[in-house]
Amino acid sequence: MRTLVGTGGSDDSLLALETALDRAEAAGDDVTIAIVENPDSPRSVEEIRGRVEDRLANAGIDAEVRVLEGDPGSRLVEISEREGFDRIVLGGGETSPLGKINIGRIGEFVLLNADVTVTLVR
Amino acid sequence: MTGDHIYPDDPAGPFEPPPRRFEDREGRPIVVREVDGSDGRSLADDREALVEMYVAFDPEDRAQGIPPTGESSIREWLGHILADEAINVVACLPDDGVVGHATLVPDGQGGYELAIFVLGDYQNAGIGTRLIEGLLGAGQRHGAEHVWLTVERWNNPAIALYRKVGFEASDTENFELEMCLRLDPDAQEESAADTSADPDSKAEAETEAEAETEAAESESESESDSRSR
Repeated sequence: MRTLVGTGGSDDSLLALETALDRAEAAGDDVTIAIVENPDSPRSVEEIRGRVEDRLANAGIDAEVRVLEGDPGSRLVEISEREGFDRIVLGGGETSPLGKINIGRIGEFVLLNADVTVTLVR
Repeated sequence: MTGDHIYPDDPAGPFEPPPRRFEDREGRPIVVREVDGSDGRSLADDREALVEMYVAFDPEDRAQGIPPTGESSIREWLGHILADEAINVVACLPDDGVVGHATLVPDGQGGYELAIFVLGDYQNAGIGTRLIEGLLGAGQRHGAEHVWLTVERWNNPAIALYRKVGFEASDTENFELEMCLRLDPDAQEESAADTSADPDSKAEAETEAEAETEAAESESESESDSRSR
């Protein structure tokens, strides 16, 4: 399966990345990691890139890493369609102090606009 | 969630702090009281009563993943909600069974996140309004100033209740609606004086925008609460 993992550095998107990479190791998915600029994220694109590359090196996984500029949601949808990905994997939302799940803006846009399967990781 | 909530300029309230005693619209005697070990109830007793309420909670009335389902998840969640710094108010029957719960949980940025839940059989009876007012009264007493919440956009009854007590929508772009309210910390003394009066004598007519839980109810009615005391 060709999987496009979007991460803007929020905690939930980093969890989604871990889950997608675990699955890739077990099932042999072809993973592309798209780093996007999430204004709500505490981490910079460079920081995320460093983290992602370290993780890939440690696990010995060969995955393409690219940085998407522009609106994160629409760029993810566009690339998934143009390049024939089977699935988009994203973080499943941040948890509030009370334990409520709040879906992020990127997740909402992709969920409503993608024509491929979207997985929100919890 | 980040700390960049936008709060109304003017404080809402003042709100009467718990305990508050009243009959709901079905004529059932209800007490709204704070979970703080007072009133001869231990925190452990209240915790067990809350576990019982949430085990009985209709999964259909859940919102944004809470309350969790299953007793162990409920206990874990309540451990967090009933932490020392949080403010909790329950609606109880005379046998101390809990039928409603409202909570203010610190957000780590000086504000509090609010949630309220009422058991299905006790919705549409005016309990949610007293519960949220009691919670805000307790918050005022504890010096809370900034309160926020998120609510699913389709949940009109809940949004109506939040608006009624003074919440204003502050973020219209997210999947969930965010609403904020400012409390007046200086209202503490004023409302503390109120409690010395018989709370039952304050039978002002008020409009009940029926919204007892975070979850949608079949209809949103609006009627005058005719407590005759």
